Amino acid sequence: MMSEALVVDGVHKSFGALEVLRGVDLAVAEHEVVCLIGASGSGKSTLLRCVNLLEPIDRGRIVVEGEEITARGVNVNKVRRRIGIVFQAYNLFPHMSVLSNVTLAPTLALKTPRAQAEAEATALLDRFGLADKRNDYPDRLSGGQQQRVAIVRALAMRPDLMLLDEVTSALDPELVAEVLEVIRELAAGGMTMLIATHEMSFARDIADQVCFLDEGVILEQGPPAQILSEPKESRTQQFLQRIIQAGRL
Amino acid sequence: MAGGEGRRGVTVALLSTVVFFTLLAVAITHAPGWPEVKRTFFNWDEFRASMPEISRAFLLNVKMFCIAEALILVLALLLAIVRSLPGPVFFPMRALGIAYADFFRGVPTILVIALLGFGAPALQLSWVPLSTTFWGIVALVLVYTAYVSEVYRAGIESVHRSQDAAARSLGLTHWQSLSRVVLPQAVRRVIPPLLNDFIGLQKDTALVGFLGSVEAFKQSQIDAAATFNYTPFVAAAVLFVALTIPLARFTDWLVLRDRRRRHATGT
Repeated sequence: MMSEALVVDGVHKSFGALEVLRGVDLAVAEHEVVCLIGASGSGKSTLLRCVNLLEPIDRGRIVVEGEEITARGVNVNKVRRRIGIVFQAYNLFPHMSVLSNVTLAPTLALKTPRAQAEAEATALLDRFGLADKRNDYPDRLSGGQQQRVAIVRALAMRPDLMLLDEVTSALDPELVAEVLEVIRELAAGGMTMLIATHEMSFARDIADQVCFLDEGVILEQGPPAQILSEPKESRTQQFLQRIIQAGRL
Repeated sequence: MAGGEGRRGVTVALLSTVVFFTLLAVAITHAPGWPEVKRTFFNWDEFRASMPEISRAFLLNVKMFCIAEALILVLALLLAIVRSLPGPVFFPMRALGIAYADFFRGVPTILVIALLGFGAPALQLSWVPLSTTFWGIVALVLVYTAYVSEVYRAGIESVHRSQDAAARSLGLTHWQSLSRVVLPQAVRRVIPPLLNDFIGLQKDTALVGFLGSVEAFKQSQIDAAATFNYTPFVAAAVLFVALTIPLARFTDWLVLRDRRRRHATGT
C-alpha cells in the first residue's frame, strides 16, 4: 500500500466570476509521477499554483504528506519549502548569479550555512551539467539552461513533491529534450511529481497516471496507455485528436 | 560600426558643434544691450572677487544636500514599502502613506520651507531647534521623500509579479522576497530617475537661503546687493552646475556597470 504524497479533495477556485477549478479530486502517491493534460485554460496551472498555496482556494482541501495545508493557521512558508514548483517562464532572479539563484532559498528559509548551501548547489548543478554556469547570470543562458537552473533551484530545497507547470512550453523545440531529460532523471530517482504538460509522448513515457482536466474538473484519469490510446470520454478523444493534428503525439 | 565611420562621425559632430556655438556667440555679442549685460553679469573681476565667499557658502548647500539625500533615500524607501504592504490589515498605513505623498507633492517646496522655517522656531519650545538650516533640511526631506517614494514605488511595481511568486514558492517570507528579490531589481531600474530627483534636490537647497541661511544663493544675493553687479549669481550657477555634471556622469557609469556585470560571463 503506497502512502499518498498529495491529496486534492473537492477543490474549487474562482477568479472573479470565472470558476477555473470546479471540484478537482486527485491523489498522487509517493514516488509517483502524475501528468495533467488538457487544453489551455482548463485549469492545469491554477491547480498547481493552488497546491503551492500561491493561490488561495475557495472550497475543498489539499493534503500533503498527511497534513492539510489549506487549513487555517498553517504556516504557508513552511509548506512551500516542502513543495517545489517550476514555472513555464523559468522566473530565475536576473540580478543574481546561477549559484546565488540556487542558494538563496536554502540559506534564507532553511538557514543552511552558506558554505554548505554552495557545496550542495554546486553538486546539483554538476549533476545536471550546469557546473560551468554557476557564476553566470541568467540572461547569458539558453532557455533550456535557464529552465534546468530553475529545476535545480527548486530541488535545492529538498522538496517532498515537485510541481512542473508546462516547463517546456516556452522553449525552442531543440531545447525541449534537455529539460525533459532532467525530469526523466528525477522520476528515475523516485521524485514525486505533478506535471502539467502538452508533451503527450513524454507523458506516455514518464507518467504513472495521466489526468485529463477539462473545464475545471478531472474528466478522466488512468494509466497513460489507457488515457492516451483508448480514452473513454468523448471530450478526451476530441482533445487528443486536436493534439494529433497539431503533430504533438 | 566600422572604425572609419566612427571617426568621421566624431569629426562631423565636432564641426557642427563649433559652427553652432560660434554663430550663437556672434549673435549674442552683437546684441545692442550686450556691453551692459557683459558688465553686470559677466564681470571677470567681480567673479573672482565673489567666488571665494560664494564657494564657502556653497559648502552649506553641499552639506544640506548630503544630509537630506541620506535621509530621503531611507525614508522614501520605507514609505514605498509601507504603500506596497498587502492585505486589509495594513489599509490605514497605506492610506496614511498616500495622504502624505499627495500633500507634500502638492504644496510648493518654498511654502513648506517658509512654514517650517518661520513657524517651528516661533513655537518657542526649548527642545525645538532654532536653526533655519535645520528646518530647511527638514522641509526638503519632507518634500523630496514624497517624490522619491513614488520613484521607488514605480520601480517596485515594474518588477513582474512572477518574481515574487518564484521567491515565495521557494518558502521565502514576504519580507525576504521584497528585500532580496524585488527591491534589488526595483532600485537598479530607478537609479536614473532617482538621480534626477537628487539633482532637483541639490538645486532646491538654494531655497533655504530664503530663511536666512547663508548658502550660495543667499551669499551671491548679498554680494550683488553690495556691488550692484549680478556676476555673483553667475558664480553661484557655475558652482551648482559643477556639482551636477559629475553626479549625472556617475549615474551613467552605475547603470553601465550594472549592465556589463549582468552580461559578463563568470569565470
